[in-house]
This record gives sequence, structure tokens and C-alpha cells, in this order.
Amino acid sequence: MRERVGFRQLVDRVVRGACLLATVLALVPLVSVLGFVVVRGAGGLSLTFLTGVPKPVGEAGGGMAHALVGSLQIVGLACLVGIPAGVLAGIHLAEFGATRFGRFVRFSADVLAGVPSITVGLFVYALVVARAQRFSAYAGALALAILMLPTITRATEEFLRLVPEALREAALGLGLPKWRATLRVMLRTALPGIATGIMLAVARAMGESAPLLFTSFNNRGWARTPNEPTASLPVNIYTYATSPYAEWHEQAWAAALVLVGLVLCMSVAARLLVRRRPS
Amino acid sequence: MTVSAAPGTPRSLFGGRRTGDRLFSRLTGCFALLVLLAISSMALEMTRASAPTLLAFGAKFALGTVWDPLHRVFGALPFVWGTVVSSLLALVIAVPVSLGVAVYLSELASAWQRDVLGFLVEMLAAVPSVVYGLWGAFALAPWLRASLEPWLARWFGFLPLFQGTNQGFGMLAGGIVLSIMILPTISSVSREVLRAVPASLREGALALGATRTEMVRVAVLPYARSGLVGAALLGLGRALGETMAITMVIGNRAEISSSLFAPSYTMASVIANEFTEASDPLHLAALAELGLLLFLLTVALNIVARLLVARVGRPLGGARA
Repeated sequence: MRERVGFRQLVDRVVRGACLLATVLALVPLVSVLGFVVVRGAGGLSLTFLTGVPKPVGEAGGGMAHALVGSLQIVGLACLVGIPAGVLAGIHLAEFGATRFGRFVRFSADVLAGVPSITVGLFVYALVVARAQRFSAYAGALALAILMLPTITRATEEFLRLVPEALREAALGLGLPKWRATLRVMLRTALPGIATGIMLAVARAMGESAPLLFTSFNNRGWARTPNEPTASLPVNIYTYATSPYAEWHEQAWAAALVLVGLVLCMSVAARLLVRRRPS
Repeated sequence: MTVSAAPGTPRSLFGGRRTGDRLFSRLTGCFALLVLLAISSMALEMTRASAPTLLAFGAKFALGTVWDPLHRVFGALPFVWGTVVSSLLALVIAVPVSLGVAVYLSELASAWQRDVLGFLVEMLAAVPSVVYGLWGAFALAPWLRASLEPWLARWFGFLPLFQGTNQGFGMLAGGIVLSIMILPTISSVSREVLRAVPASLREGALALGATRTEMVRVAVLPYARSGLVGAALLGLGRALGETMAITMVIGNRAEISSSLFAPSYTMASVIANEFTEASDPLHLAALAELGLLLFLLTVALNIVARLLVARVGRPLGGARA
């Protein structure tokens, strides 16, 4: 009997160790990826990289300012559509979502969140690019907005549901109509959580390249208007990394460092925002 | 949650308020409708775009093994094979690890470990796909070619899986990169599922003298099983549709090989590589049909996975999948 207890404790320890090992193993790629990006990206990072545009093939130097600005532009345009739409849809699900329509929308949002980003790119190509006969930042922004929509919708709903019901009752008891109670009391209380959801969605959109391949395409220089093919950091990383030139590879790493820096800062800030909330 | 359920909503005294509320509900409802519109018009638009090949090839499209845009022959089987095998390989690697992560973080770790390690694992999901591709092409693939693949060939070379020349770029590299990318999905959904297991089950097992491991095995895992399967399917859905990272490491050759060292090609990769260069309408339609297949496959998987996860109890936190 005593040996049996000892054996069971041994098994317990082995399994605990294995689970810890799995967790550490899961973090090895993160450390390796970040290490490579920082070490190899730092070499190519310079002021000209951040302010210049590409030189002709074969010439040294040049930068990716146009892609950095292009990325911000496409994501910014996507936010203009995706954030209001997502937040309003989320409000509907939280406040009026007990209907069959609400359940259907909720489920569709979850399914839409799982749709591959490249098919969203194909969809926007067929819908917009093929009809307008041109790639544009607008098309890229639409693709990113569709990708952001389900995440923001569900985050808004979840965080609105976390607001204590007593707050709503107090607002209604003071004579506010329901829509004002929702906007002035519920939404304001849930705002940090919703902001977190939005920032995570925006950070993810910032790193997407597959949906931009056939929508905003790429550009070797500045796009004069958003109605032209526009360069973006992720697409440029792909183009440069798959090119045969060693110099371009170095630029791809530098661009990756900038992109990872942007995306990780946003993700970390988003999580800190929600962590601070309960206190 | 509905209007009528909220106590004290003025019904008739101030007609204007009711109008305002109804307007508000309608207005926000329009935006909720956008979600439905997006997914249904996606299905419609992709079907329309792939109509030419749907009509010309029918089922032969998915079963043909020759993909030759020049001669207008489109058989997608090598891509389907590459997609399915690389995703399954990713699952084989990622499921045990993510299960270990989820069990450790939700059942065994102390509070600060849960915070710090959980945060780091979620950071894996924040790294953009194309950066994983860059890392896979310039760091992982050379290491595979120089270290892991020779080792595998030496000790397990009797298996057809580990035969052939080791080039670094290929199915194995693709599977590994995908497994890293789906790991945070599977582990975070699994954690949600484990969190939904009632505490009384755990307490009961511990009170009967079970060790932590036995508690997890007899009380937690059986209750959570369907949700954990759902988590794995959500991961599979992500792996099937992943594009940039796998395009950069899988070698992009439309071949069906039994070796994991051999290069392969996925549906998403061929779309990414050929779509902007295709000028033949039939070629474009064939690529669109690949997208349609991918879309239908992932939608079906996601529906099943969501239903399985929902069975364990609490609704999923967030739409992040």
C-alpha cells in the first residue's frame, strides 16, 4: 500500500513536470522568433530605412517609409469601417441579442472569425477589385475591416455583458430611455474592455498579409491616393524575403522588426489595459 | 436582456422613448446584419467566381493530380493533399503540447506563473504570419536541413516518412511552423474549456485522495473532452487556411510524396502565388474554386468545433479563434 502511494506520487510528479516542459517548449519558438527578428533586423534598421523609398534593384540603400505609411493608411481606413460596425453590432447582440436573429449573428461571427484570411482577400478581389479593375488601399482596408468585424463584435458583446445589471437598473430608474442608458452608462463602463478587444483586432489586422495580396497589392513607391495599389509592411516582407537578393533579405528582417514592434506593443498595451481594470 | 425583460422600461407613458429604443435596436441590428451579410455574400461571390471550373471539371477538379495552367488542366489533389497533411502534422505536434500548456496553466500553476506564462503563450498568437514565414525560411529550414532531418533519417530512416533528400523546405517545415501558429489557439480555447469544469468535480476527486494528476485524469478531462476536441478542430481550421508562413517554407511543388522531407504545396499557397499572375479566366476560376473549397471546409469545421466547445458549458470568451 505504501509503495503504491509512492508510485502514485511519482506519476504525479512526472506528469506535472511534463506539463511544465510542454509550456516551456511552447515558448521556445517565441524566444527564437523574437531573437532572430531583433538580431537580424537591427542590422538593416536605419534612418534611411524608415524615411526612404526603395532604390532600383541592385542599388544599395533605400527604405520602406512608403510601406510603413501604407500599412498605417490601410489599417486606419479599415478601422473607420470595422470599429463602429463591430461595436454597434456588439451592442445589438448584448442588448437585444436574445432573439433567434441574435443567436444566428453570434454564431456567424464566430464562424466568420475562423474563415481563412486569404479567402477574405479573394472575396474582396471578386467584389471590388475585379469590378473597379484596379488594386487599391480601399480594397485592402475593406478586407481588413471584414477580418476585424467578428472580433470586435464579440469583444464588445462580452464586455457589455460583464457590466453589472444594477447599473442599468439605476440608469433606467432615473428615467433614462434604454438607448441612452446603454450608450451613457453601459458602454462607458465597458469601455476599457472594448478598447482591449479593438486593439487586439487592430494589431492582428496590422500583421495580415494574405488578404492584402490581391486587394491593395504592392507598390515600389508612394501611392498618391488610396485608390491606387499601395505598399504595406507585411506584403513587402513577403516580397523581399522571397526575392533572390541578400540585401532585400536584410530589409525584410528590418521590416519584420518594425512590424513586430508595432504589433507587439499594441497587443501588450491592450492586455495591460484590461488587467488594470478590476482594481 | 431584451427590451421587454428589463424591468421598469417605460412602455406607454412617453411614446417618444419607445420610438427611440426601437430605432436604436433597428440601427444596431443593421450592423449586426453586416456580419451575416459578409459571410453569406462571401459564399455567393466565391461560388460565382469559381463557376467556370465548377462547370468544366466538376468532381474531377478535386481528384485530378495534374495542375497545368498552360494547358488549362486543373486538378487540385496535390494541393488538397499538401493542405490536409501539413495541417494534420501540425495537429499531431501541437495538440499534446497545447494540452500540456492548458492543463499546467489552469490546474497546476501558481497565480503568478499563470499570469506570466499565459501572457507569453498568447504573445505567440500576436506574431504576424509573414514573420513566422521569414523565421521559418531563414532560421528553421536551415536548422532542419543541417540538424533535425539528418538525425531523423539516421534513426527513423526505415520509415518512408523520413526518407529522401533533406532540403529543409518541405512538409516537415510546414507542419512545424503551422503547429507553432495554432498552439496558442488550441491552448487558449482549452483553458477556457477547463475553466468551465465545475470546481466541485475537482474537490470531490481531491477529497477522495487523488493526486493532482489523478484529479485531472478522472474528473477534469472526461468532463471537458468534447470541448477539447472542439479546441483541436478550431486549431485545425486555422492550420488549413494559413497562408503566408506555410507558403514561405513548404517548398511549393505540387507533388504527392510519402516523405515529410519532400516539398509540397497547399491550397492557400497556390492561391497566394498564382492569383495575381493568372490572366486566363479559367485559371482564375480554378484558383477561386480552391478558395471556395477552403472556405467551405473551414466553415464546416468551425461550426462543428463551436458546437463541441459550447457543450462544455460557458460560452467562449471572445471571438478570437
